Amino acid sequence: MSSAQLNRAFVVLLKRDLTLAFRRRSEMVNPLLFFVLVTTLFPLGVGADPALLRSIGPGIIWVAALLAALLSLESVLRSDFEDGSLEQLMLSAHPLSVLMLAKVLAHWLVTGLPLLLVAPLLGLLLGLSGDAIVTLVQTLALGTPVLSLVGTIGVALTVGLRKGGMILSLLVLPLYIPVLIFAADAVTSTGAGLPVTAQLSLLSALLVLALSLTPAATAAALKISLA
Amino acid sequence: MWHFFHQLASPRYFYRFAGRILPWLGAACLLLMLAGLYQGLLVAPTDYQQGDSYRIMFIHVPAAWMSLFVYVVMAVSGAVGLVWRIKLAEIVAVASAPIGASFTFLALVTGAIWGKPTWGTWWVWDARLTSELILLFLYLGVIALNSAIEDKRTAARATSVLALVGVVNIPIIHYSVEWWNTLHQGATVTKFDVPSIDLRMLIPLLLMALAFKLFYLVVVLMRARCEILQRERNTGWVRELVEAP
Repeated sequence: MSSAQLNRAFVVLLKRDLTLAFRRRSEMVNPLLFFVLVTTLFPLGVGADPALLRSIGPGIIWVAALLAALLSLESVLRSDFEDGSLEQLMLSAHPLSVLMLAKVLAHWLVTGLPLLLVAPLLGLLLGLSGDAIVTLVQTLALGTPVLSLVGTIGVALTVGLRKGGMILSLLVLPLYIPVLIFAADAVTSTGAGLPVTAQLSLLSALLVLALSLTPAATAAALKISLA
Repeated sequence: MWHFFHQLASPRYFYRFAGRILPWLGAACLLLMLAGLYQGLLVAPTDYQQGDSYRIMFIHVPAAWMSLFVYVVMAVSGAVGLVWRIKLAEIVAVASAPIGASFTFLALVTGAIWGKPTWGTWWVWDARLTSELILLFLYLGVIALNSAIEDKRTAARATSVLALVGVVNIPIIHYSVEWWNTLHQGATVTKFDVPSIDLRMLIPLLLMALAFKLFYLVVVLMRARCEILQRERNTGWVRELVEAP
């Protein structure tokens, strides 16, 4: 199997997933709405003191992003599993890990990227400074792909189960903690006028690590749970 | 030597071998634990700062060590099971998870009890406490996944993958949390050239650590034997075993 064919398979799968997603737009919008709604709940819960909101804002936005990513995770593989196309993918001659990478990329473009676009608005609502909002978008750009990549392993492990959703959150949330720590800390530090190169470098390192290791783990997990 | 290991991988042989060494291991564990508790509770001197409250350390520290050790054992045996498809390794991985979770829980609870008189609070969001809590969540995830999948072999293999993913993540989680916040006292035992701990405290600590290791070994062998019987319930040797007077 030549690499040109593999590239084509990657692109074809990416296009297919994107087309499917654009035909079901409501599924794209739901995580986004959830993200906005959860963030809106916090000022109502803790009070509208601007200083308080500014100090806990980065954490709120990031936790909401984490939950939104978790909520949308199952759709990476669920519908393909239900209509049998996932099994067809596994039968193809191409390495499953590369195909999974295409699916995760499509999923991130549909559910992760919109979060980046809405986040500045939420940052404004919570009174973050301009610099902090720039860092917020940077951390989301580096962090949300990690969430999708790592989460897909959990989805692959639970896709065959009838009540996989609850277990999925139990499996995946502990693994999300480093991203949350580095990202929220970066935004908070920017707000305090401190340099954030270290946090951004660490997030980039996590992204590279996840990009190189998780597709293989996802493929292994899928082969086990669909065996 | 290799012949022995090959034989050991067969469930039937393992069942008998484990049954034979279990009483000895159990007795050794009991002896060490009694010696450790005697040394720790009666012989070791009172701490000049913490008084007698530090003595919970002889449970707390070995439990915390074991919580990490068991996770690594689980991941390694899971990897062995995935790569060489040795059933026994899968069984050990699955059997380890609840034990590791118990050690983690024990470490957290004794830590809270120790924290009240020395730090003045049951819980602080300190780095080591937090990563221990996250470790507990990782264990609970492994247990939940294992019990959610009905087919035992699939469950064991899925659990092994999750344990491997977890073991890659543990250092990352640990250092991220460490960087996030730290208050816990530094390590006092690993600096072996000049340990900053009194020898009369160090000896019971090491005795208890050894006793906890043996305790884990005993329990994991018992659980593995039980699991083997369940998995192999349709084979001839198990039937013979059950029906024998």
